[in-house]
Amino acid sequence: MKHLLTTKDLSREDAIRILDTAGQMAATQEREIRKLPTLRGKTVVNLFFEDSTRTRISFEAAAKRLSADVINFSAKGSSVSKGESLKDTALTLQAMGADAVVVRHWASGAAERLATSGWIHGSVLNAGDGTHQHPTQALLDAYTMRRHLVESPGAAGLDGLRVAIVGDILHSRVAGSNGYLLNTLGAHVSIVAPPTLLPVGITARPELEVFYTLDDALDAHEYDAIMMLRVQRERMTGGGAAFFPSPEEYSRMYGLDAARMARLPQHAIVMHPGPMNRGLEISAEAADSPRSVIVEQVSNGVAVRMAALYLLLAGEEAAA
Amino acid sequence: MTGTILGAPDISRALKRIAHEIVERNDGAASVMLLGIPTRGLPLAHRLADALAAIEPAFSPAERTGALDITMYRDDLHKQPTRSIGTTTLPAEGIDDSVVVLVDDVFHTGRTIRAALDAISDLGRPSAVQLAVLVDRGHRELPIRADFVGKNIPTSRSERVDVHLAEIDGEDAVILRRGEDA
Amino acid sequence: MSRPIVFENVSILGEQQAHLVVDGGEIDEIVTDGHVNTPAGAIVINAEGLIALPGLVDLHTHLREPGREDAETIESGSRSAARGGFTAVHAMANTTPVADTAGVVEQVWSRGREVGLVDVFPVGAVTVGLGGTQLSEMGAMANSRARVRVFSDDGKCVHDPVIMRRALEYAKTFDAVIAQHAQDPRLTEGAQMHEGIVSAELGLAGWPAVAEESIIARDVLLAGHVGSRLHVCHVSTAGSVEIIRWAKSRGIKVTAEVMPHHLLLTDESVRGYDPRFKVNPPLRTQEDVDAVRAGLADGTIDIVATDHAPHPDEDKDCEWGAAAMGMIGLETALGIVQKTMVDSGLLTWAQVAQALSTVPAQIGRVDDVHGRPLAKGEPANIVLVDPQDNWTVDPSATASRSNNSPFGGVELPGRAVATFLRGVPTHLAARFEGAFA
Repeated sequence: MKHLLTTKDLSREDAIRILDTAGQMAATQEREIRKLPTLRGKTVVNLFFEDSTRTRISFEAAAKRLSADVINFSAKGSSVSKGESLKDTALTLQAMGADAVVVRHWASGAAERLATSGWIHGSVLNAGDGTHQHPTQALLDAYTMRRHLVESPGAAGLDGLRVAIVGDILHSRVAGSNGYLLNTLGAHVSIVAPPTLLPVGITARPELEVFYTLDDALDAHEYDAIMMLRVQRERMTGGGAAFFPSPEEYSRMYGLDAARMARLPQHAIVMHPGPMNRGLEISAEAADSPRSVIVEQVSNGVAVRMAALYLLLAGEEAAA
Repeated sequence: MTGTILGAPDISRALKRIAHEIVERNDGAASVMLLGIPTRGLPLAHRLADALAAIEPAFSPAERTGALDITMYRDDLHKQPTRSIGTTTLPAEGIDDSVVVLVDDVFHTGRTIRAALDAISDLGRPSAVQLAVLVDRGHRELPIRADFVGKNIPTSRSERVDVHLAEIDGEDAVILRRGEDA
Repeated sequence: MSRPIVFENVSILGEQQAHLVVDGGEIDEIVTDGHVNTPAGAIVINAEGLIALPGLVDLHTHLREPGREDAETIESGSRSAARGGFTAVHAMANTTPVADTAGVVEQVWSRGREVGLVDVFPVGAVTVGLGGTQLSEMGAMANSRARVRVFSDDGKCVHDPVIMRRALEYAKTFDAVIAQHAQDPRLTEGAQMHEGIVSAELGLAGWPAVAEESIIARDVLLAGHVGSRLHVCHVSTAGSVEIIRWAKSRGIKVTAEVMPHHLLLTDESVRGYDPRFKVNPPLRTQEDVDAVRAGLADGTIDIVATDHAPHPDEDKDCEWGAAAMGMIGLETALGIVQKTMVDSGLLTWAQVAQALSTVPAQIGRVDDVHGRPLAKGEPANIVLVDPQDNWTVDPSATASRSNNSPFGGVELPGRAVATFLRGVPTHLAARFEGAFA
């Protein structure tokens, strides 16, 4: 595996391999000395064109626990204010000797451009590109589900499990990655969103069952896991982009509150990629309930990212 | 000499002898912890544990045997396709202040044991580390020696030593083969 | 004055073998029965296997001068046009400064004459600064030396219905046409590619077909109501073709153009995020490609234009979201039309002459000089096409200053091998250079 760009291209075999490796990595994090020498001498660059302290710290921790050297490169510039070009930034990193570039960018497809342009020779790990994909998030979500919902998690997928993903599907790279990965691992996926927040092309994905309200979805199935997506208030209001009338109406129809949580089976887990809008897409009760694995998702994130870095950098492919 | 060097009875005798040597060297088995290095070091560790229990009934194989996966400490990862990581299981009481006896099937360059020593130092502080191997085939690349050896088999570099164990391969045997580039 | 030329055994419009004699900037004779009176000092060309068409006329080009000479100049654009077989191009108004005054259009026009490789006809902006709120001084531009007869805010849509109505009405004064870039700006805010299955997968904001179709629907109704001519730029969707077909059946004076890339490429090309495929309007689905081909074949779409849009490397060598929209196309247009329309039997070469020369000249009101029949006494604006000159497109080998072609590596079946502007060669393939030395 040379790059990790999307979950769409991840085979079931490779996905399970990442999850199993994450399990081994997680085991090492239980010890007193949590650091391993495996990626000693490798340089991992965190190239973040979008602010995200949490994700960046997660990758930084993952790389450092494997003894890799970490360089944080917070690039200036956005779609509005053009800073240094992606190409020039990449060439600079290549000159610095980056073995892997973890990239987060506001433009969909930026990670793929970095990987295929020839500007850098190392591995590219997509940490979120525009509204396209966020593969390590989906992998840590799957890892979390497997831990809680599968009898013998080792070497297993998520076959037969029912997962609901609720929220702004149109703009969510988390939904984008989860949609493909969960399906590859054998889970049944329900998508819950108002029609304004669903991509027109979703009709071409028969493996995703679409519901226009959360109550409809809860009426139709018993879910093993429910994943609430963060709602962006900027998108809500009328006027402007006008995707939804108001945050209040959104919360009434799509929010996970105590009443809706009570309709989930006992064993069901509540998930959220963070950061949460408490009271908007998820109530405080739901976020803090014993069924919530939201905090665990964060620590699983480090193990999954350690696994991804190991699989991209440790073998002979990386040395080539 | 090529072909089967050790058969099942030879292996059994060697392990029994090693068990006695461990007990003699350490004034009993009370402080001993066995850590097998996967893949085949692991069933060998279990067999040694049973042999120790036969000599000293107070020795509990279940509580004093573990597995030590050294993949993440290897120095040659970049020379092969990415390896899967195995599981490390330590005895419940940890390895601090105990005598850790590493168990492996073939002792060759010594790099595996070097990695194992690094792994152990991240896991705790044993009072001593000793090494038990079924076969020593020579050609050390590091200054490391084994404390307990089943059989010394001088080999040329191009030869291969394959260990088969019933738990994994369905039979017990140590086989010497010509290498491809002999 | 240039030497007379005799083209022997050329196929006129792909229909009739003849000898074509050019003298004094005009077509002197077309001889079908064998014997030619070769003028003194004439250059004789063996044109066996070649097709003679009237010089091509591009109703939609971006020459970037004034303002973006880093991407293209009137000279480099003219050179590229001549190579593509064009003898006339209409230069769109979205320059810096915008061509919304007599001063700017006269500057472009006279520079074109100075270069002398193609006749450059400047297009005037519909609104001041392309701002969409105030009509530009169309009268001044129409009466200037540039003689503007085509007005367009191309690059942007004239989206205010009242402004569009006024423009359509006012243009009648000068027998001018309003060429609309049909794109509802509100429905396409931040749009990156066609809205559909591929855009959902790639996470790129969508440009729905309805944003083009709804503007065309409105505009044909307006044009019908006020009795004006309307020209629709770069038609790209099946729905647009249907609306135009309906409008024509009602007698509405609408004409339409299609771009070569919309005849060949679909949104599947966007996979891989290579910005050379980023264009406005975007590449659509196979159904849309089939519909515009059929529309061009049955005359619903009147002409092919290039929308030649040069961009410097740094505007394409980047992530999709940061890239500029547009493709160069003057030198590949004819080959793509041959590949998609002639070789597939949808158009004859005579119909290609209509779509790429005669009709664009009529729409632009330059048909006194361009798009003329190949007949005695007509201006010698001629292109010789070799329909068997198989070639592979190399974007860096173009006369344009920019290299942003999406057709790199594509094999095209034929191309222009000689272009003549009033009898003077403006482009000669290697095989002819010796004869004209």
